[in-house]
Amino acid sequence: MASQAVADSVQGAARERPPASVVGPVAWARRNLFNSIWSSLVTLVLGYFLLRWAWGLLNWGVLHAVWTVPVAANPLETAAPCRQAQGVGACWAVIGDKWRFILFGRYPYDLQWRPALCVLLFVGLYAVSASRRFWRKELLYIWIGTLTAIAVLMWGGVLGMQYVPQDEWGGLPITLILATFGLAFAFPLAVLVALGRRSTQLPAVKMLCVAYVELIRGVPLISLLFMASVMFPLFMPEGLNPDKLLRAQIAIILFAAAYLAEVVRGGLQALPKGQYEAADALGLSYWKKTRLVILPQALRLVIPPLVNTFIGFFKDTSLVLIIGILDLLTAGKNAMADPVWTGFSTEIYLVLAAIYFIFCYAMSHYSRGLERQFGRTRNR
Amino acid sequence: MSGTATDPRLAPSRQAPKRALRLSWTDPRFRSIVWQAVVVAVVVGIVGYFVGNARSNLEARHIATGFGFLDETSGIPIGETLIPYLPGTSTYLTALVEGVLNTLKVAVVGVVLATILGTLIGIGRLSPNWLLARITAVYVEVLRDIPVLLQLLFWYVLLQGLPAPRQSMRIGDAVFLSNRGIKVPLLIWQGAHSWALLGFVVAIVLSVLWVRHAHRRQDATGQSPPVLPVVLALLIGLPAIIWAALGAPLSFDMPQLHGFNFTGGGTITPEYGALLTGLVIYTSSYIAEIVRSGIQAVPHGQWEAAQALGLHRGKTLRLVVLPQALRVIIPPMTSQYLNLTKNSSLAVAIGYQDIVSIANTILNQTGQAIEGIAIIMAVYLTISLSISLFMNWYNAHIALVER
Repeated sequence: MASQAVADSVQGAARERPPASVVGPVAWARRNLFNSIWSSLVTLVLGYFLLRWAWGLLNWGVLHAVWTVPVAANPLETAAPCRQAQGVGACWAVIGDKWRFILFGRYPYDLQWRPALCVLLFVGLYAVSASRRFWRKELLYIWIGTLTAIAVLMWGGVLGMQYVPQDEWGGLPITLILATFGLAFAFPLAVLVALGRRSTQLPAVKMLCVAYVELIRGVPLISLLFMASVMFPLFMPEGLNPDKLLRAQIAIILFAAAYLAEVVRGGLQALPKGQYEAADALGLSYWKKTRLVILPQALRLVIPPLVNTFIGFFKDTSLVLIIGILDLLTAGKNAMADPVWTGFSTEIYLVLAAIYFIFCYAMSHYSRGLERQFGRTRNR
Repeated sequence: MSGTATDPRLAPSRQAPKRALRLSWTDPRFRSIVWQAVVVAVVVGIVGYFVGNARSNLEARHIATGFGFLDETSGIPIGETLIPYLPGTSTYLTALVEGVLNTLKVAVVGVVLATILGTLIGIGRLSPNWLLARITAVYVEVLRDIPVLLQLLFWYVLLQGLPAPRQSMRIGDAVFLSNRGIKVPLLIWQGAHSWALLGFVVAIVLSVLWVRHAHRRQDATGQSPPVLPVVLALLIGLPAIIWAALGAPLSFDMPQLHGFNFTGGGTITPEYGALLTGLVIYTSSYIAEIVRSGIQAVPHGQWEAAQALGLHRGKTLRLVVLPQALRVIIPPMTSQYLNLTKNSSLAVAIGYQDIVSIANTILNQTGQAIEGIAIIMAVYLTISLSISLFMNWYNAHIALVER
């Protein structure tokens, strides 16, 4: 009898809604925003500033912003509507006027579909490389093929495409070229240096590798870029002078290789010693052992830190601004220097930051997902 | 039969018998010697080729090598100086020292501020308050994914866009924000301040002695004498008493608007301000992640065990959690400090005269490209090595002592 009564009351309770203090938005807010005096205070103060700031941003960036400007008789007065709104609203018209220059630099205007296609190819290449289905030998051919296609598209001169000299390239493709070609050439070098640094049989090689890695990691990238721009021409024989972009690319490759080598070395060290011994026991030669047993496992271990290092290089390519190469950041800065649009640098910086952010955030998001996946397999 | 017979298995060292080096490709030792000789020869060959080219190029351009140019007078104007420097009379060497000091001024202040800000944000990300955790997460995510150079340029434009001195923003009559930088009052240093500083040093020594005494007392009797109140009283009280006894002098050099600019007071130039802000904000987003993962690396059981021992929250953090978290935190923190120092070289992009900027100007004026870049690299290698050595020492100091 008593149990019947309990069951009835339980059933009755199940039909009622739980009180608002347990579930629902009020309960959530009490638990996560106002669970103590201090927490409530923090919430109120932060909320106040956040709302004020968001309101200000909305006013500036959307409500009072100037999106387009009419064509003015005097080209120098094109920005007049923006100047009236300055300080109150953003001037997005500067982006509308300048976006082609920011993205593609001084590349001939009518041919800009070619760098645009290159950017798409780069993005496609990243997407393919990110997919675990493609992690095999064919990926190498895909890389070689895509990079060749990009070089052909940028230069032209074949297949009826007009030749475009390198000093007319600029903008986003330059940033992507510096980062991607840098990685493509730095990576094999990094693997060799990492193997050399782990070598026990070849002390002289090991010393060279250690000296290289520590020297490069001890100095800022700028000093290497300066070296490439002012010192490298001195090292070349008379008459042979590779252009600025190539020299900067070499500096970035040497820089990237030192950092990647340390990441790869981490993978080599993390691999259990038994793997090395087992490969030796099979009678494999050093290179066969490395190629078939060690590297496939060691590199897989370090893919997340490799992606993080790559994000770092992607951001670091912006440093070529200092030696005057027209990458995305430099193109943006040059766009600000246009006398018609002086004073609207904040808008351009925000757009540049957004472009860099999209690329880097996509990569870091991917790297974190990968780390979680790997962690799951390891913790199983 | 005889126990004295030497059993080869009991010999102290059982190594493969040494074999003479054979001049054959099948001998691994021979192979390794050949490979090393080849690699070294290639490297020496490349370096020799470069040096030969450089020598003939320098001769063709009539540039003398060597560091003799350091004694010549430099005409470079330097905006921010820490040691006496006059363009036109001082030497290039003095200019370079000025550059190194300016680099250190950014690096040291930047490391301290980035550590404080990064730690606060890292702890904020772990806060049970949803809003705080979200805002700090967005802060970290956004700032990490934008190049530091872009951030520096942005802050520089922002600081340059401040109103002119006459319309400057002000906090009271003491701090002025304008496009000439931030003007702050400076304390006029007097004898009493030096004595108070000396008192502060004495107070530090006394505090250390008191802490040691308290530890001994606790070990011997189990009672713990008050530490924090005594130390605070010493550190604040002793200098304050000395200062008050000497008449409590306190006067400031206030910035004042004269015509179009300020006179008096101390200045934080827009260049220094932008560089410091950019570096601190960028690096703090990395430090926040390091601090967060360090704290999360300490298992929750450690908190509970400390509570079970009856330690209150502060002591739990100080005695149990932090020592374990620091072991995870220190190595990546070291590389962030190194990164901040190396990133300070981006000063050249916004016109702050650090070592890279000054050395670059010198090498453009004198044509001494190789020497100029060698100086930059030597300076950074020295700074990097010093930070690494200090952090390695600190890491060894706090490392887990294993048997």
